[in-house]
Amino acid sequence: MSTPPTGTAGTQLVKRGMAEQLKGGVIMDVVTPEQARIAEDAGAVAVMALERVPADIRAQGGIARMSDPDMIEGIISAVSIPVMAKARIGHFVEAQVLQALGVDYIDESEVLTPADEAHHIAKAEFTVPFVCGATDLGEALRRIAEGAAMIRSKGEAGTGNVVEATRHMRAIRAGIKRLGTLDETELFVAAKELRAPHDLVVEVARLGKLPVVLFTAGGIATPADAAMMMQLGAEGVFVGSGIFKSGDPAQRAAAIVQATTFADDPDVIAKVSRGLGEPMVGIDVSTLPAGERYATRGW
Amino acid sequence: MTPVVGVLALQGDVREHLAALQAGGARAVPVRRAEELAAVDGLVLPGGESTTIAKLADRFGLLDPLRDAVRSGLPVYGSCAGMVLLADRLLDAAAGQRTVGGLDVTVRRNAFGRQVDSFETEVPVDGLAGGPVRGVFIRAPWVEECGADVQVLARTADGRAVAVRQGRLLATSFHPELTGDRRLHAAFVDVVRQAA
Repeated sequence: MSTPPTGTAGTQLVKRGMAEQLKGGVIMDVVTPEQARIAEDAGAVAVMALERVPADIRAQGGIARMSDPDMIEGIISAVSIPVMAKARIGHFVEAQVLQALGVDYIDESEVLTPADEAHHIAKAEFTVPFVCGATDLGEALRRIAEGAAMIRSKGEAGTGNVVEATRHMRAIRAGIKRLGTLDETELFVAAKELRAPHDLVVEVARLGKLPVVLFTAGGIATPADAAMMMQLGAEGVFVGSGIFKSGDPAQRAAAIVQATTFADDPDVIAKVSRGLGEPMVGIDVSTLPAGERYATRGW
Repeated sequence: MTPVVGVLALQGDVREHLAALQAGGARAVPVRRAEELAAVDGLVLPGGESTTIAKLADRFGLLDPLRDAVRSGLPVYGSCAGMVLLADRLLDAAAGQRTVGGLDVTVRRNAFGRQVDSFETEVPVDGLAGGPVRGVFIRAPWVEECGADVQVLARTADGRAVAVRQGRLLATSFHPELTGDRRLHAAFVDVVRQAA
Protein backbone atom coordinates (compact mmCIF):
# COMPACT_ATOMS: atom_id res chain seq x y z
CA MET A 1 0.00 0.00 0.00
CA SER A 2 1.54 3.32 -1.02
CA THR A 3 1.30 6.48 1.06
CA PRO A 4 -1.22 9.07 -0.15
CA PRO A 5 -0.14 12.74 -0.16
CA THR A 6 -1.35 15.05 2.58
CA GLY A 7 -4.95 16.18 2.11
CA THR A 8 -6.28 19.54 1.00
CA ALA A 9 -8.79 21.31 3.25
CA GLY A 10 -11.43 23.84 2.24
CA THR A 11 -11.90 22.71 -1.36
CA GLN A 12 -15.14 23.47 -3.17
CA LEU A 13 -16.01 19.75 -3.11
CA VAL A 14 -15.42 19.52 0.65
CA LYS A 15 -17.53 22.65 1.30
CA ARG A 16 -20.42 21.77 -1.01
CA GLY A 17 -20.13 18.11 -0.02
CA MET A 18 -20.75 19.01 3.63
CA ALA A 19 -24.12 20.51 2.67
CA GLU A 20 -24.96 17.35 0.69
CA GLN A 21 -24.65 15.43 3.98
CA LEU A 22 -27.28 17.68 5.61
CA LYS A 23 -29.94 17.01 2.95
CA GLY A 24 -33.30 15.79 4.16
CA GLY A 25 -32.51 17.18 7.59
CA VAL A 26 -33.54 19.97 9.92
CA ILE A 27 -31.16 22.63 11.26
CA MET A 28 -32.39 24.26 14.45
CA ASP A 29 -31.65 27.64 16.04
CA VAL A 30 -30.44 27.28 19.64
CA VAL A 31 -29.31 29.86 22.17
CA THR A 32 -28.00 27.64 24.99
CA PRO A 33 -26.11 24.31 25.32
CA GLU A 34 -29.28 22.88 26.89
CA GLN A 35 -31.34 23.75 23.80
CA ALA A 36 -28.58 22.31 21.60
CA ARG A 37 -28.87 19.00 23.44
CA ILE A 38 -32.65 18.99 23.01
CA ALA A 39 -32.18 19.64 19.28
CA GLU A 40 -29.60 16.85 18.90
CA ASP A 41 -31.83 14.49 20.83
CA ALA A 42 -34.78 15.35 18.57
CA GLY A 43 -32.76 14.38 15.47
CA ALA A 44 -31.46 17.74 14.18
CA VAL A 45 -28.71 17.35 11.55
CA ALA A 46 -27.04 20.52 12.87
CA VAL A 47 -27.69 23.45 15.17
CA MET A 48 -27.36 27.18 14.55
CA ALA A 49 -25.79 28.82 17.59
CA LEU A 50 -27.02 32.35 18.19
CA GLU A 51 -27.64 34.73 21.06
CA ARG A 52 -31.27 35.54 20.34
CA VAL A 53 -33.70 33.76 18.04
CA PRO A 54 -35.11 36.00 15.29
CA ALA A 55 -38.45 36.47 17.12
CA ASP A 56 -36.55 38.01 20.07
CA ILE A 57 -34.36 40.11 17.78
CA ARG A 58 -37.60 41.52 16.34
CA ALA A 59 -39.14 42.10 19.75
CA GLN A 60 -36.08 43.63 21.40
CA GLY A 61 -34.67 45.62 18.48
CA GLY A 62 -31.16 47.10 18.52
CA ILE A 63 -28.17 45.93 16.51
CA ALA A 64 -27.96 42.14 16.12
CA ARG A 65 -24.38 40.86 15.87
CA MET A 66 -22.31 37.65 15.88
CA SER A 67 -22.76 35.70 19.12
CA ASP A 68 -20.39 35.72 22.08
CA PRO A 69 -17.51 33.24 21.43
CA ASP A 70 -18.00 31.72 24.89
CA MET A 71 -21.58 30.91 24.05
CA ILE A 72 -20.62 29.38 20.68
CA GLU A 73 -17.89 27.28 22.31
CA GLY A 74 -20.34 26.13 24.98
CA ILE A 75 -22.67 24.84 22.28
CA ILE A 76 -19.83 23.24 20.28
CA SER A 77 -18.77 21.27 23.36
CA ALA A 78 -22.38 20.31 24.23
CA VAL A 79 -23.21 18.36 21.05
CA SER A 80 -21.58 16.01 18.54
CA ILE A 81 -23.55 17.22 15.50
CA PRO A 82 -22.33 20.13 13.31
CA VAL A 83 -22.62 23.64 14.75
CA MET A 84 -23.31 26.63 12.51
CA ALA A 85 -23.19 30.30 13.50
CA LYS A 86 -24.26 33.61 11.95
CA ALA A 87 -22.11 36.51 10.78
CA ARG A 88 -23.52 39.87 9.69
CA ILE A 89 -23.76 40.46 5.93
CA GLY A 90 -20.39 41.83 4.79
CA HIS A 91 -18.73 41.43 8.21
CA PHE A 92 -15.70 39.43 7.12
CA VAL A 93 -13.98 39.73 10.50
CA GLU A 94 -16.92 38.14 12.31
CA ALA A 95 -16.53 35.34 9.76
CA GLN A 96 -12.80 35.07 10.47
CA VAL A 97 -13.57 34.78 14.19
CA LEU A 98 -16.22 32.11 13.63
CA GLN A 99 -13.78 30.13 11.49
CA ALA A 100 -11.14 30.39 14.23
CA LEU A 101 -13.70 29.09 16.76
CA GLY A 102 -14.16 25.98 14.62
CA VAL A 103 -17.80 26.37 13.62
CA ASP A 104 -18.78 23.97 10.83
CA TYR A 105 -20.74 26.39 8.63
CA ILE A 106 -21.22 30.17 8.65
CA ASP A 107 -24.59 31.70 7.82
CA GLU A 108 -24.00 35.17 6.35
CA SER A 109 -27.41 36.20 7.56
CA GLU A 110 -29.92 38.96 6.94
CA VAL A 111 -31.35 38.19 10.40
CA LEU A 112 -28.38 40.08 11.88
CA THR A 113 -27.95 43.79 11.17
CA PRO A 114 -25.92 44.21 7.94
CA ALA A 115 -22.36 45.52 8.35
CA ASP A 116 -21.99 46.50 4.68
CA GLU A 117 -24.78 47.76 2.46
CA ALA A 118 -22.99 47.06 -0.83
CA HIS A 119 -20.73 44.03 -0.38
CA HIS A 120 -21.16 40.53 0.88
CA ILE A 121 -18.23 38.57 2.32
CA ALA A 122 -15.77 37.14 -0.25
CA LYS A 123 -16.48 33.60 0.86
CA ALA A 124 -14.33 31.48 -1.46
CA GLU A 125 -11.11 32.37 0.37
CA PHE A 126 -12.34 30.88 3.67
CA THR A 127 -11.74 27.25 4.70
CA VAL A 128 -15.11 27.09 6.45
CA PRO A 129 -18.14 26.88 4.12
CA PHE A 130 -20.93 29.48 4.00
CA VAL A 131 -24.69 29.34 3.57
CA CYS A 132 -26.52 32.47 2.38
CA GLY A 133 -30.14 33.50 2.01
CA ALA A 134 -31.82 34.26 -1.32
CA THR A 135 -35.22 35.50 -2.42
CA ASP A 136 -34.84 34.55 -6.09
CA LEU A 137 -32.49 32.81 -8.53
CA GLY A 138 -30.35 35.85 -9.33
CA GLU A 139 -29.61 36.48 -5.67
CA ALA A 140 -28.78 32.79 -5.12
CA LEU A 141 -26.33 32.82 -8.04
CA ARG A 142 -24.64 36.04 -6.87
CA ARG A 143 -24.03 34.41 -3.48
CA ILE A 144 -22.70 31.23 -5.12
CA ALA A 145 -20.35 33.36 -7.25
CA GLU A 146 -18.99 34.88 -4.02
CA GLY A 147 -18.32 31.36 -2.72
CA ALA A 148 -21.49 30.29 -0.88
CA ALA A 149 -21.54 26.46 -0.71
CA MET A 150 -25.21 26.24 0.24
CA ILE A 151 -28.29 28.43 -0.31
CA ARG A 152 -31.45 28.83 1.74
CA SER A 153 -34.61 30.75 1.04
CA LYS A 154 -34.73 33.88 3.20
CA GLY A 155 -38.38 33.76 4.08
CA GLU A 156 -39.18 36.22 6.84
CA ALA A 157 -37.39 35.04 9.98
CA GLY A 158 -39.00 35.35 13.39
CA THR A 159 -42.56 35.61 12.12
CA GLY A 160 -43.74 32.01 12.32
CA ASN A 161 -45.34 32.81 8.98
CA VAL A 162 -44.33 30.61 6.05
CA VAL A 163 -45.70 32.90 3.32
CA GLU A 164 -42.38 34.54 2.42
CA ALA A 165 -40.46 31.24 2.38
CA THR A 166 -43.13 29.95 -0.02
CA ARG A 167 -42.69 33.01 -2.22
CA HIS A 168 -38.90 32.61 -2.32
CA MET A 169 -38.92 28.86 -2.92
CA ARG A 170 -41.39 29.31 -5.77
CA ALA A 171 -39.33 32.17 -7.23
CA ILE A 172 -36.09 30.18 -7.15
CA ARG A 173 -37.79 27.13 -8.63
CA ALA A 174 -39.50 29.16 -11.37
CA GLY A 175 -36.20 30.86 -12.22
CA ILE A 176 -34.47 27.50 -12.62
CA LYS A 177 -37.29 26.09 -14.78
CA ARG A 178 -37.25 29.15 -17.03
CA LEU A 179 -33.51 28.82 -17.71
CA GLY A 180 -34.15 25.29 -18.95
CA THR A 181 -36.35 26.66 -21.73
CA LEU A 182 -33.79 29.14 -23.09
CA ASP A 183 -31.30 28.65 -25.90
CA GLU A 184 -27.62 29.60 -25.87
CA THR A 185 -28.24 33.14 -27.12
CA GLU A 186 -31.03 33.81 -24.64
CA LEU A 187 -28.87 32.64 -21.70
CA PHE A 188 -26.58 35.66 -22.22
CA VAL A 189 -29.56 37.97 -21.75
CA ALA A 190 -30.80 35.89 -18.81
CA ALA A 191 -27.43 36.35 -17.08
CA LYS A 192 -27.71 40.08 -17.56
CA GLU A 193 -31.28 40.17 -16.24
CA LEU A 194 -30.44 37.95 -13.26
CA ARG A 195 -27.32 40.05 -12.55
CA ALA A 196 -25.46 36.75 -12.21
CA PRO A 197 -22.33 35.27 -13.83
CA HIS A 198 -22.98 33.74 -17.24
CA ASP A 199 -21.13 30.49 -16.47
CA LEU A 200 -23.36 29.83 -13.42
CA VAL A 201 -26.49 30.62 -15.44
CA VAL A 202 -25.41 28.10 -18.09
CA GLU A 203 -24.65 25.52 -15.38
CA VAL A 204 -28.11 25.88 -13.81
CA ALA A 205 -29.77 25.62 -17.24
CA ARG A 206 -27.88 22.39 -17.87
CA LEU A 207 -28.36 20.83 -14.39
CA GLY A 208 -31.97 21.91 -13.86
CA LYS A 209 -31.03 22.75 -10.27
CA LEU A 210 -28.62 24.96 -8.33
CA PRO A 211 -25.01 23.69 -8.26
CA VAL A 212 -25.24 23.71 -4.43
CA VAL A 213 -27.75 22.37 -1.92
CA LEU A 214 -30.93 24.45 -1.46
CA PHE A 215 -32.59 24.58 1.98
CA THR A 216 -35.56 26.64 3.10
CA ALA A 217 -35.72 29.06 6.03
CA GLY A 218 -37.76 31.90 7.45
CA GLY A 219 -41.11 31.31 9.13
CA ILE A 220 -41.31 27.50 9.32
CA ALA A 221 -43.29 26.69 12.48
CA THR A 222 -45.11 23.37 11.95
CA PRO A 223 -44.43 19.89 10.53
CA ALA A 224 -46.77 20.71 7.65
CA ASP A 225 -44.82 23.92 6.90
CA ALA A 226 -41.60 21.90 6.65
CA ALA A 227 -43.23 19.27 4.44
CA MET A 228 -44.71 21.90 2.11
CA MET A 229 -41.28 23.47 1.62
CA MET A 230 -39.81 20.04 0.84
CA GLN A 231 -42.55 19.44 -1.73
CA LEU A 232 -41.72 22.84 -3.25
CA GLY A 233 -38.16 21.67 -3.86
CA ALA A 234 -36.26 22.42 -0.65
CA GLU A 235 -33.61 19.82 0.17
CA GLY A 236 -33.84 20.48 3.90
CA VAL A 237 -35.17 22.93 6.47
CA PHE A 238 -33.90 25.58 8.87
CA VAL A 239 -36.19 26.22 11.82
CA GLY A 240 -35.42 29.35 13.79
CA SER A 241 -37.84 30.65 16.38
CA GLY A 242 -40.45 28.01 15.52
CA ILE A 243 -39.15 25.37 17.93
CA PHE A 244 -38.01 27.07 21.12
CA LYS A 245 -40.78 29.69 20.97
CA SER A 246 -43.41 26.93 20.97
CA GLY A 247 -45.13 25.17 23.86
CA ASP A 248 -43.27 21.84 23.70
CA PRO A 249 -39.93 22.32 21.90
CA ALA A 250 -38.63 18.74 22.17
CA GLN A 251 -41.74 17.19 20.71
CA ARG A 252 -42.21 19.84 18.02
CA ALA A 253 -38.56 19.49 16.99
CA ALA A 254 -38.86 15.70 16.62
CA ALA A 255 -42.14 16.10 14.70
CA ILE A 256 -40.59 18.55 12.21
CA VAL A 257 -37.65 16.16 11.67
CA GLN A 258 -40.03 13.30 10.90
CA ALA A 259 -42.25 15.42 8.63
CA THR A 260 -39.17 16.52 6.67
CA THR A 261 -38.15 12.90 5.98
CA PHE A 262 -41.70 11.83 5.10
CA ALA A 263 -42.70 15.10 3.43
CA ASP A 264 -44.60 13.21 0.72
CA ASP A 265 -46.64 11.10 3.19
CA PRO A 266 -49.68 12.96 4.63
CA ASP A 267 -50.44 10.07 7.01
CA VAL A 268 -47.07 10.49 8.71
CA ILE A 269 -47.47 14.29 8.83
CA ALA A 270 -50.93 13.93 10.37
CA LYS A 271 -49.60 11.53 12.97
CA VAL A 272 -46.63 13.66 14.03
CA SER A 273 -48.71 16.87 14.06
CA ARG A 274 -50.91 15.65 16.93
CA GLY A 275 -50.49 16.85 20.51
CA LEU A 276 -47.67 19.30 19.88
CA GLY A 277 -49.08 22.05 22.10
CA GLU A 278 -49.03 25.70 21.16
CA PRO A 279 -47.08 26.76 18.06
CA MET A 280 -45.21 30.05 18.25
CA VAL A 281 -47.43 33.10 17.99
CA GLY A 282 -47.02 34.37 14.45
CA ILE A 283 -46.86 37.74 12.77
CA ASP A 284 -48.79 38.77 9.67
CA VAL A 285 -45.89 39.79 7.41
CA SER A 286 -48.03 42.36 5.57
CA THR A 287 -48.25 44.38 8.81
CA LEU A 288 -44.44 44.67 9.10
CA PRO A 289 -43.00 48.10 8.25
CA ALA A 290 -40.47 47.98 5.38
CA GLY A 291 -37.53 48.53 7.76
CA GLU A 292 -38.42 45.41 9.73
CA ARG A 293 -38.41 43.07 6.73
CA TYR A 294 -35.15 41.12 6.95
CA ALA A 295 -35.56 39.60 3.47
CA THR A 296 -34.83 43.01 1.89
CA ARG A 297 -31.32 42.94 3.41
CA GLY A 298 -28.71 41.60 0.96
CA TRP A 299 -27.78 42.83 -2.49
CA MET B 1 -29.16 -10.05 -13.85
CA THR B 2 -29.51 -6.46 -12.65
CA PRO B 3 -29.51 -6.49 -8.84
CA VAL B 4 -31.80 -4.15 -6.93
CA VAL B 5 -29.80 -2.06 -4.47
CA GLY B 6 -31.55 0.19 -1.96
CA VAL B 7 -30.27 3.39 -0.41
CA LEU B 8 -31.53 4.11 3.10
CA ALA B 9 -33.36 7.37 2.40
CA LEU B 10 -34.10 8.84 5.81
CA GLN B 11 -31.55 11.67 5.54
CA GLY B 12 -28.25 12.36 3.80
CA ASP B 13 -26.70 12.24 0.33
CA VAL B 14 -29.18 9.67 -0.98
CA ARG B 15 -29.44 11.06 -4.52
CA GLU B 16 -25.67 10.79 -5.11
CA HIS B 17 -25.63 7.14 -4.01
CA LEU B 18 -28.64 6.30 -6.19
CA ALA B 19 -26.88 7.81 -9.21
CA ALA B 20 -23.58 6.06 -8.44
CA LEU B 21 -25.27 2.66 -8.00
CA GLN B 22 -27.25 3.06 -11.21
CA ALA B 23 -24.00 3.88 -13.06
CA GLY B 24 -22.37 0.92 -11.29
CA GLY B 25 -24.84 -1.53 -12.84
CA ALA B 26 -27.66 -1.79 -10.27
CA ARG B 27 -31.30 -0.79 -10.25
CA ALA B 28 -31.16 1.71 -7.39
CA VAL B 29 -34.19 2.45 -5.18
CA PRO B 30 -34.74 4.57 -2.06
CA VAL B 31 -35.67 2.66 1.12
CA ARG B 32 -37.65 4.27 3.96
CA ARG B 33 -39.94 1.43 5.06
CA ALA B 34 -39.51 -2.17 6.20
CA GLU B 35 -41.39 -3.53 3.17
CA GLU B 36 -39.06 -1.60 0.85
CA LEU B 37 -36.06 -3.04 2.69
CA ALA B 38 -37.41 -6.55 2.21
CA ALA B 39 -37.41 -6.07 -1.59
CA VAL B 40 -33.71 -5.24 -2.13
CA ASP B 41 -30.69 -7.45 -2.87
CA GLY B 42 -28.26 -5.03 -1.25
CA LEU B 43 -28.30 -1.77 0.68
CA VAL B 44 -26.28 1.43 0.98
CA LEU B 45 -26.21 3.42 4.21
CA PRO B 46 -25.43 6.90 2.88
CA GLY B 47 -23.46 9.82 4.18
CA GLY B 48 -25.41 12.13 6.44
CA GLU B 49 -25.77 12.73 10.15
CA SER B 50 -25.52 9.32 11.84
CA THR B 51 -27.45 10.39 14.96
CA THR B 52 -30.36 11.68 12.86
CA ILE B 53 -30.48 8.58 10.64
CA ALA B 54 -30.40 6.23 13.65
CA LYS B 55 -33.19 8.14 15.43
CA LEU B 56 -35.41 8.14 12.34
CA ALA B 57 -34.73 4.43 11.75
CA ASP B 58 -35.66 3.73 15.34
CA ARG B 59 -38.84 5.86 15.30
CA PHE B 60 -40.12 4.37 12.07
CA GLY B 61 -39.45 0.76 13.09
CA LEU B 62 -36.53 0.18 10.71
CA LEU B 63 -33.72 -0.46 13.18
CA ASP B 64 -34.64 -4.07 13.97
CA PRO B 65 -35.40 -5.00 10.33
CA LEU B 66 -32.03 -3.47 9.37
CA ARG B 67 -30.24 -5.51 12.04
CA ASP B 68 -32.02 -8.68 10.95
CA ALA B 69 -31.14 -8.01 7.31
CA VAL B 70 -27.43 -7.54 8.09
CA ARG B 71 -27.42 -10.64 10.28
CA SER B 72 -29.02 -12.74 7.56
CA GLY B 73 -26.33 -11.76 5.04
CA LEU B 74 -27.68 -8.76 3.12
CA PRO B 75 -24.73 -7.02 1.42
CA VAL B 76 -24.41 -3.50 2.86
CA TYR B 77 -22.08 -0.63 2.01
CA GLY B 78 -21.81 2.37 4.34
CA SER B 79 -20.02 5.64 3.56
CA CYS B 80 -19.09 8.04 6.39
CA ALA B 81 -22.27 8.13 8.54
CA GLY B 82 -22.99 4.73 6.97
CA MET B 83 -19.71 3.42 8.39
CA VAL B 84 -20.75 4.72 11.83
CA LEU B 85 -24.14 2.99 11.47
CA LEU B 86 -22.54 -0.34 10.51
CA ALA B 87 -20.05 -0.34 13.40
CA ASP B 88 -20.54 -2.66 16.35
CA ARG B 89 -18.75 -0.19 18.65
CA LEU B 90 -18.50 3.63 18.65
CA LEU B 91 -16.14 6.16 20.21
CA ASP B 92 -17.22 9.80 20.65
CA ALA B 93 -20.85 8.84 20.14
CA ALA B 94 -23.73 11.11 21.10
CA ALA B 95 -25.46 10.20 24.38
CA GLY B 96 -27.52 7.06 23.80
CA GLN B 97 -26.55 6.81 20.11
CA ARG B 98 -27.59 3.49 18.56
CA THR B 99 -26.22 1.74 15.49
CA VAL B 100 -27.35 -1.01 13.15
CA GLY B 101 -24.08 -2.86 13.74
CA GLY B 102 -22.83 -6.06 12.14
CA LEU B 103 -19.35 -4.84 11.25
CA ASP B 104 -16.91 -6.02 13.92
CA VAL B 105 -15.04 -2.72 14.26
CA THR B 106 -14.65 0.20 16.64
CA VAL B 107 -15.31 3.46 14.78
CA ARG B 108 -14.42 6.91 16.09
CA ARG B 109 -16.96 9.54 15.03
CA ASN B 110 -15.71 12.85 13.58
CA ALA B 111 -12.21 11.42 14.08
CA PHE B 112 -10.52 13.67 11.52
CA GLY B 113 -11.98 16.77 13.20
CA ARG B 114 -14.54 19.44 12.46
CA GLN B 115 -15.55 20.81 9.06
CA VAL B 116 -12.55 23.17 8.89
CA ASP B 117 -10.38 20.00 9.03
CA SER B 118 -12.33 18.21 6.28
CA PHE B 119 -10.12 17.40 3.29
CA GLU B 120 -9.60 15.65 -0.02
CA THR B 121 -6.74 13.28 -0.78
CA GLU B 122 -5.77 10.39 -3.03
CA VAL B 123 -6.50 7.02 -1.39
CA PRO B 124 -5.20 3.75 -2.85
CA VAL B 125 -7.75 0.98 -2.23
CA ASP B 126 -6.62 -2.67 -2.17
CA GLY B 127 -8.12 -4.72 -4.96
CA LEU B 128 -9.42 -1.72 -6.90
CA ALA B 129 -7.81 -1.47 -10.34
CA GLY B 130 -7.09 1.85 -12.03
CA GLY B 131 -5.20 3.80 -9.38
CA PRO B 132 -6.21 5.56 -6.16
CA VAL B 133 -9.67 7.02 -5.57
CA ARG B 134 -10.25 10.67 -4.72
CA GLY B 135 -11.12 10.44 -1.02
CA VAL B 136 -13.45 13.21 0.18
CA PHE B 137 -13.38 13.23 3.99
CA ILE B 138 -16.11 15.35 5.64
CA ARG B 139 -16.10 15.39 9.46
CA ALA B 140 -15.11 11.83 8.74
CA PRO B 141 -14.82 8.83 11.05
CA TRP B 142 -12.00 6.28 11.04
CA VAL B 143 -11.77 2.64 12.08
CA GLU B 144 -9.82 2.44 15.30
CA GLU B 145 -9.93 -1.32 15.94
CA CYS B 146 -10.87 -4.27 13.75
CA GLY B 147 -12.10 -7.76 14.60
CA ALA B 148 -10.29 -10.83 13.20
CA ASP B 149 -12.55 -11.17 10.14
CA VAL B 150 -12.21 -7.56 9.05
CA GLN B 151 -9.88 -6.67 6.21
CA VAL B 152 -8.49 -3.11 5.96
CA LEU B 153 -8.66 -2.02 2.30
CA ALA B 154 -7.25 1.51 2.62
CA ARG B 155 -5.35 3.74 4.99
CA THR B 156 -4.50 7.44 4.97
CA ALA B 157 -0.88 8.66 4.88
CA ASP B 158 -0.81 8.70 8.68
CA GLY B 159 -1.99 5.10 8.81
CA ARG B 160 -5.66 5.50 9.72
CA ALA B 161 -7.93 2.72 8.44
CA VAL B 162 -10.52 4.36 6.17
CA ALA B 163 -11.95 1.48 4.13
CA VAL B 164 -12.80 -1.98 5.49
CA ARG B 165 -14.54 -5.14 4.40
CA GLN B 166 -15.97 -8.04 6.35
CA GLY B 167 -17.63 -10.57 4.06
CA ARG B 168 -20.56 -8.79 2.42
CA LEU B 169 -20.17 -5.63 4.50
CA LEU B 170 -18.13 -2.73 3.12
CA ALA B 171 -17.48 0.67 4.72
CA THR B 172 -15.51 3.78 3.81
CA SER B 173 -14.77 6.92 5.85
CA PHE B 174 -14.86 8.94 2.63
CA HIS B 175 -17.54 9.72 0.03
CA PRO B 176 -16.95 8.17 -3.42
CA GLU B 177 -20.55 9.16 -4.24
CA LEU B 178 -19.50 12.83 -4.33
CA THR B 179 -16.92 12.19 -7.05
CA GLY B 180 -17.56 10.93 -10.56
CA ASP B 181 -15.57 7.75 -9.77
CA ARG B 182 -18.02 4.81 -9.78
CA ARG B 183 -15.49 2.00 -9.18
CA LEU B 184 -16.29 1.39 -5.49
CA HIS B 185 -20.02 1.34 -6.19
CA ALA B 186 -19.47 -1.04 -9.11
CA ALA B 187 -17.37 -3.26 -6.82
CA PHE B 188 -20.19 -3.28 -4.26
CA VAL B 189 -22.75 -4.10 -6.95
CA ASP B 190 -20.51 -7.08 -7.82
CA VAL B 191 -20.65 -8.21 -4.18
CA VAL B 192 -24.46 -7.95 -4.33
CA ARG B 193 -24.57 -9.86 -7.62
CA GLN B 194 -22.43 -12.68 -6.22
CA ALA B 195 -24.52 -12.89 -3.06
CA ALA B 196 -27.83 -13.09 -4.92
